[in-house]
Amino acid sequence: MKLKTLLMAGAVSLMATAAAQADCAFENDVQVKSLSAGFEAWKAVTDAMAECGNVEAELDQEFRTKQPAAFAANPSLYQIGGVSNGTVTPLLNEGTIRPLDDLVAAHGQNLAPNQLIKIDGQTMAVAMMVNTQHLMYRQDIFDDLGLEVPSTWDGVLEAAAAIKEAGVVDYPLGATMKSGWNLAQDFNNMFLGFGGVFTDADSMPTVNTEAGMKALDMMMRMTEYMDPEYLVSDSTYVQQQFQQGKIAMANLWASRGAAMDDEAESQVVGKVNAAAAPLAMEGGAPATTLWWDGIVIAKNISDEEADAAFRVAMEGLDTEMVTANNDEAIWLISGYQPNRLAEGAIATASADPAPQSYPSTSQMGLMHTALGNELPAFFTGERDAAATLEAVEGAYVTAAKEAGLIE
Amino acid sequence: MKFRTLAWFVGPSVFMMLLFIAFPLASVFLQSFQITQPIVETVEVETCTPGFLGQTCVTETKTTPVLDENGNPTTTTEWVGLLSYARVLQLEQVGAAIASGTWSSILAIDFWKALRFTLTFTLVTLPLVIGLGLAIALAVNNAARSIRGQIIFVSLLPFIITPVIGALSIRWLFYGDGIVTAMLEGMFSTDISVAANGWAIEMLMMFYRVWHVAPFAFVIFYAGLQTVNQDTLESAIIDGASRFERLRFVVVPHLMPLIIFIALIHLMDAYRAFEEVIGFSSQAHRITLQWLTYDLLEPDDAGNRAISRASASAMLTMIGIVILLIPLLRRTWRDHKGSAH
Repeated sequence: MKLKTLLMAGAVSLMATAAAQADCAFENDVQVKSLSAGFEAWKAVTDAMAECGNVEAELDQEFRTKQPAAFAANPSLYQIGGVSNGTVTPLLNEGTIRPLDDLVAAHGQNLAPNQLIKIDGQTMAVAMMVNTQHLMYRQDIFDDLGLEVPSTWDGVLEAAAAIKEAGVVDYPLGATMKSGWNLAQDFNNMFLGFGGVFTDADSMPTVNTEAGMKALDMMMRMTEYMDPEYLVSDSTYVQQQFQQGKIAMANLWASRGAAMDDEAESQVVGKVNAAAAPLAMEGGAPATTLWWDGIVIAKNISDEEADAAFRVAMEGLDTEMVTANNDEAIWLISGYQPNRLAEGAIATASADPAPQSYPSTSQMGLMHTALGNELPAFFTGERDAAATLEAVEGAYVTAAKEAGLIE
Repeated sequence: MKFRTLAWFVGPSVFMMLLFIAFPLASVFLQSFQITQPIVETVEVETCTPGFLGQTCVTETKTTPVLDENGNPTTTTEWVGLLSYARVLQLEQVGAAIASGTWSSILAIDFWKALRFTLTFTLVTLPLVIGLGLAIALAVNNAARSIRGQIIFVSLLPFIITPVIGALSIRWLFYGDGIVTAMLEGMFSTDISVAANGWAIEMLMMFYRVWHVAPFAFVIFYAGLQTVNQDTLESAIIDGASRFERLRFVVVPHLMPLIIFIALIHLMDAYRAFEEVIGFSSQAHRITLQWLTYDLLEPDDAGNRAISRASASAMLTMIGIVILLIPLLRRTWRDHKGSAH
């Protein structure tokens, strides 16, 4: 009985593979492995790649620690890597990914020109989606209270005060301010919004400046309207606060948009809308950074493997995949139909002046870590803003000296 | 036993110890005095990245490692003496804090903050683990034989659960609108935010550790209780010793070697506390020395990791454990020598 069930299951799954393979334009006979992050968009893309056969996809949220070493091996442990503009840095620096111009010419006829990530004229990666943190808000609450959708952070605070007074939600604001990477990223957004620059030409830190003080001040003012446990609040936490109707606004990742309309989880289906990330100061860029996610091909593999890997990847990034998974991301691939929740990201990216791309430099990596470790002391009240920024610069300088970036 | 036979018996074990403990330790020790850096150059790079419709290209100067002919980054390794230790201890800032008389600002420096919490954590949980373990052992020893098995099983459960899972389940009881927090909020009709208070997180972390480790102490003490000399106990009863006096003068002295054993193990384990920080996401409020080492070793998005400082921090942790263990080890050694006579 048990054996029979197993056999049946095996047969069904075989049939499923056979049916799936029919969707791929060619039959892949070279073993291809990929390593990428594990969010929904990557699941969609790797599933579409798997239709070609002989594809083994590893979706791992710890991919960023594994990727540099795995790609430096010879032969590389993976042929395809999923990266973002933050995580591509070590691969570029150590030269473990290959230029894709030949492959794009041979198999990339369906790619749009803006998908090609060019470094000094050479295509090093193919982007599939953009992501950014922008304002998500409860349209129904704003309508009920007659509030305008704020376009500046001062406006957000005014709206938050009105919502707090009306008492319609637990906390007017949510924010991804978990200590570490998330908190540092929220600071980055606000700091860039106030026109800040992280390092000077000699790699010395320049965060202990007016922009830094203003960013910390604004973030502290935001916390008055937030759940007091904000230092453990990551993207998933804020997403759940939205879904459970506990918050009315947050500067949240565009990739979390689809979850708001997921009827299985969300109590606010259709009530959450997205707008451009608010400005920190008049005439500045939206206080956020632009991100892209895409694929790279390892250098330490044979040309034949690279060819197969790229063709498989192109199958994963085709229009068919986008039509089937339209709402999972802000796709750059042709055939994408922006939905209601994509408007915020598009408005953010096309603002004038436009927000920066998250800088993919070694200095930024060190600065991000220093910010993530030193900023919490400001929010717990152990240090004031000036001392905190001084400590950030101190931590950055120590790390940069150890990494050999400054003398 | 002949030396050859002995060598064959212990050989594999010694080999494993050397391979997995001694060599890595020696390598960490050496790395804490070295700094390995890539040779870098600054280059002008034009990078084009996608906006939603068009593409934005920026030209900026970037620092990139110089690659050798095989395409590997070239590195230099320098002996730097105690520099990495000084960087972990941040003695300059400590000096400045002492000079300006603001002692409390020393505790805002990572290493000292971690040391303060790790020591408190270790020393507060130690008596609680021993006390609770002994209490459970005594209770089980006096329980009716028919229900003893079930009680032992239930008492052991916290020890069986994977540490991070155990920490997470306690976190979920208290954080956000956890069951316990929601109940307390209902009872006192206030708004409680456990994770917003350092002291509350500290207490939860200690509570978790005691809950998790007490069963280990219990098992050891329970085994020890089976060997208490019944004649001595009976004569104590005849002499009119109360239950407490029998515990104080017969049972505890008998269990003393076990108490020291548990204390040794607990000091070593608690000083290396790590999973509590992850489980309770306490980084903003409380960090441990082991977490500090991990954080230094963890690469950032750009692939940088502070290996030298991580090695120094690991060595300092080891030194800390040795210092903590010295009093107990001296006592065991004295007892050992004493019994030989």
